[in-house]
Amino acid sequence: MSYPSDIIICEYCDSAYHRPQLARNQKATCQRCGGIIARHRMLSIDQALALSVTAALMMAVVCFVPVLFIRVQGQVHSATLLDASLALAQGPIGLMALTVAFATLTVPILQVSMMTWLFAFARKHQRAPGFRWQMRALEALRPWSMLEVFLLGALVSVVKLSGRLDVFPAVGLFALAALSMLIIGLAGRDLPLLWNDAR
Amino acid sequence: MNPPFAADLNLRLCHSCKLSCSLDQSPDSCPRCGARLHHRKPNALSRTWALMIAALVLYIPANLLPIMHTSSLYKESSPTILGSVVQLWRGGSWDIAAIIFIASIGVPVTKFLVLTLLLVTVQTRRNLASCRDRTRLFRALELIGYWSMLDVFVAGLLSALVQFGVFGVIEPRLGILFFGIVVILTMLATLSFDPRLIWDNNHDHE
Repeated sequence: MSYPSDIIICEYCDSAYHRPQLARNQKATCQRCGGIIARHRMLSIDQALALSVTAALMMAVVCFVPVLFIRVQGQVHSATLLDASLALAQGPIGLMALTVAFATLTVPILQVSMMTWLFAFARKHQRAPGFRWQMRALEALRPWSMLEVFLLGALVSVVKLSGRLDVFPAVGLFALAALSMLIIGLAGRDLPLLWNDAR
Repeated sequence: MNPPFAADLNLRLCHSCKLSCSLDQSPDSCPRCGARLHHRKPNALSRTWALMIAALVLYIPANLLPIMHTSSLYKESSPTILGSVVQLWRGGSWDIAAIIFIASIGVPVTKFLVLTLLLVTVQTRRNLASCRDRTRLFRALELIGYWSMLDVFVAGLLSALVQFGVFGVIEPRLGILFFGIVVILTMLATLSFDPRLIWDNNHDHE
């Protein structure tokens, strides 16, 4: 089945254009409203798959390794991403614990695992089983992935505590930084282009 | 020369996979991804108004209630959002105070103001430059939306780190719940607004 995909439409003002031929690092913007309507692919499928696998490994690190630890008088205490959600579960604000766990764990885990799956099949020039619903789910999940905000939150926490006690960034924090960049790059830029390749 | 509008070409954008769908072949759902097609997002204006007003109401307790409770041997405090910014500022960390002020007060207030501006002006006829500026404002809203969750994450991380022990306890308080809900509601409000409505009254205007 073929679609009229030689025409692209600006999602901000509904202007229609013929799909432009883009060179590397080029993007096309809408004449009418200035929104970005098309980008050239940043990575080859091989590179995208490699980075998704990297992201999956980082995700595993972020799940189990602390992002920060503190030391006072020989006592050491550390916190992982999950600990931060659980800490909010005490008392009357349990709803926020769920929200934080959703935005910093559930969504990224889903994104990373589905992207790895989709890119792995795209490498063999195939559509992965469940291609359609996973692509749609990834598009819907994208605004709710908040790892980069958590990263800034961790840095703010370091400074907030540093006057009173010794705070150290842990391995998890660096993994978190890498993971948030990978997810932004993959989910926002190259993943939607799979619609145009795989048939 | 100005590009044509998709609606005039009998085309409709699929919001999920960005395919240009021909209305003759498939008027209701996208043939490629199966998502429902709409000329404009359904009830965009009333949904955005409703979500934004709900957020505005909850923004009051979010600012009045304490967000954290800190207790140590020396002192106890349960500051509100603004209170914690002032505490940091007085303590000399003006940079962190500025980051938290922007994320927790600057961003939500900007969102309320910009959304109101967009909703009020959307049905009025303006010139091309005004439409372009307002579309740009909308894109800025999409970009800054979730950074306000910063304080919620900080509260969670600090409470997780500083538990028991000789150095005191930090616990989250009710303010953080209201604040988090405000952020989610404003994000939903932005998602339900349709920037194409800005252009709809200006088709014959250029």
